[in-house]
Amino acid sequence: MAKLPPYTSTGEYIWHYVYRSICGLIFLFLIMPIIVVLPLSFNVEPYFSFTKGMLNFDPAAYSLRWYEDILRNGMKAPDAPFDWAWLADTWNNGQWIRAIRNSFFIGICATLLSTALGTLAAIGLSRSEMPYRRLVMSILISPMIVPLIITAAGMFYFYSQVHLSQTYLGVIMAHAVLGTPFVIITVTATLVGFDKSLVRASQSLGAGAVTTFRKVQMPLIIPGVISGGLFAFITSFDEVVAVLFLASPEQRTIPRQMWSGIREQISPTILAVATLLVILSIILLTVLELLRRRSERLRGITSS
Amino acid sequence: MADSQTAPLEPITAADGTPLKKKLAQALFRSRVRAVSLVVPLFAFVMASFVIPIFALMWQGVYNDRFSSHMPNLTEQLTMWDGLTEPNEIMYGALVADLTTARANRTIGRVATRVNQEYPGTRSLFTSTARKAKKLKPPFKESVIKTNKKWDNIEVWQAMKITSQDLTPGFYATALDGRYTVDQGFVRQDENRQIYVKLFWRTMLISATVMGLCLLLGYPVAYLLATLPLRTSNLLMIMVLLPFWTSLLVRTTAWIAILQSQGVINDLMVYIGITADDARFSLIYNMTGTIIAMTHILLPFMILPLYSVMKTIPPSYMRAARSLGATPTMAFIKVYMPQTIPGIGAGGLLVFILAIGYYITPALVGGQDGQLISNMIAYHMQKSLNWSLAAALGGILLAGVLVLYWAYDKVIGIDNMKLG
Repeated sequence: MAKLPPYTSTGEYIWHYVYRSICGLIFLFLIMPIIVVLPLSFNVEPYFSFTKGMLNFDPAAYSLRWYEDILRNGMKAPDAPFDWAWLADTWNNGQWIRAIRNSFFIGICATLLSTALGTLAAIGLSRSEMPYRRLVMSILISPMIVPLIITAAGMFYFYSQVHLSQTYLGVIMAHAVLGTPFVIITVTATLVGFDKSLVRASQSLGAGAVTTFRKVQMPLIIPGVISGGLFAFITSFDEVVAVLFLASPEQRTIPRQMWSGIREQISPTILAVATLLVILSIILLTVLELLRRRSERLRGITSS
Repeated sequence: MADSQTAPLEPITAADGTPLKKKLAQALFRSRVRAVSLVVPLFAFVMASFVIPIFALMWQGVYNDRFSSHMPNLTEQLTMWDGLTEPNEIMYGALVADLTTARANRTIGRVATRVNQEYPGTRSLFTSTARKAKKLKPPFKESVIKTNKKWDNIEVWQAMKITSQDLTPGFYATALDGRYTVDQGFVRQDENRQIYVKLFWRTMLISATVMGLCLLLGYPVAYLLATLPLRTSNLLMIMVLLPFWTSLLVRTTAWIAILQSQGVINDLMVYIGITADDARFSLIYNMTGTIIAMTHILLPFMILPLYSVMKTIPPSYMRAARSLGATPTMAFIKVYMPQTIPGIGAGGLLVFILAIGYYITPALVGGQDGQLISNMIAYHMQKSLNWSLAAALGGILLAGVLVLYWAYDKVIGIDNMKLG
């Protein structure tokens, strides 16, 4: 606990601890869903609630069956002996495996598209010569603000007419658009602190525009680009409304599979998938934090 | 000497002899073109895959040619009709002719659905008369009315006149619980048919509640994070960022596990003895569930802007206020709070904008009374297939969101939006 100054009154002492406890409860509220999901995904029973055995830490009440179910669900011969044929079966027919494959495929394609276009646009937008800067910026950010249902409905209506709905390309385009605002925001934020005299220095030393960009600008903005890309990826990875409207069963992603899991056949397999997704988000968060530190170090800002 | 007197009269030139002013304009133009050409690819992409689709859908909210394209003869007659006099024989003749072709082309269902949207309860009237249309003999007026007495009702004809106009305010009227009529213009819908305005109000109410709760929960946490030493606050920040980065569906699923009647909270309540086993609280599949889950999901969007504003407030201000004799409460209210207003504005507006268009969470945990306007739009897009009404409802929602977005841009500026 932090040391309180000597002039603190009794009332303030009490308030200090009451305030800390309130904050503790709010943090609990924030983290509770994640804490609850983890143990429940190891439940041996097909319920969403803690059994007596789980509370007594009885090993028999815990199992990995729902994690196995991620692999088995949808297989042609789930009980066949474990060999290459079994693996091929789950790779080709497993419902969740297909969803995972789709999610990564769509997510990576959408991320590449939105990061490439978004970074270029952010560089353009951060130049003072850009005409109608504010208006253009607000249009490019709007996919983040417009309610998803309107975006998805509009795309569903328009893409069906140009034969893009129910195709991978349609879903990728939708996700790329939804991801670009994040790329623009993060890259613009990196460029705000960019020292323009570095470019002039590089040019005065004889470097061309391309060399300057590659050797001077790029290394400085790359952390912003990567974290923007991570945001775009997680947006696509987590997006379900556009998928609901645009995708056929063939393009089912993880959130789409979870959606039907929650609505139709509620089983702890969803919790097992949820646990894996939490682990994934922890990894992404760590990468982002490392990038932030690297960026600060490069700019000479030391964290105290 | 002579040189120095004449020199200012001649324009200053660059190395290649062009005037410097012109050269500068050229250089500025080039850099402007360079900036624009960097933005153009994304701009074109966003236009093609986002802006145009939304405009195309919104256009459906005021334009619907389903009736006129399938019933061309009748449409022509209806345009000439004043909408008040008794329909004449020619109009009935056009009706029979169009019904016959519509039935042959199997488009009668679409026509019937379209009129039914305007005047409920007429679907079967169209399909059944179309079945008999081929055999009807002149005079058509009598023979048509013989098949179904409803054709004598002038309101059916008025509804057809409304639907025959491609450009119609009818869907917006319906979205606002009204009806557009030939003779009176806009009329309020009957009391028991008014659903949409109530739903808009409920959406606003739930969004405002969520915003209020987020502020109530987010403010103390942001203050704590901003005042603690950086090392501790960075650790605690993980607790805010982890939910922020976790999938929406994971969090919604978790709330189902926590709040359902056999869930963690209820089990705990029964265990402690707050409630009996057979009188468990219903915390989910209703408005409570929607509000709890949405507050949790949107809370980081409140904490992060508040935190970034609070971090810039020097702690010495509070100490100065204390040393000048203010009580801690007084110092907080008079000195600290006013400086956090930009953060409150940014976080509050962002949470409200995001809450007002929420779809997933209400659809999964909202039950009956926790549904928002987005869920109604989805219903009309996917179930009732009344896309024009969905577009009208969406148009109203979009207008509201854009006004808030504009306010956000004016007050905070979208350039200042920060993530994580």
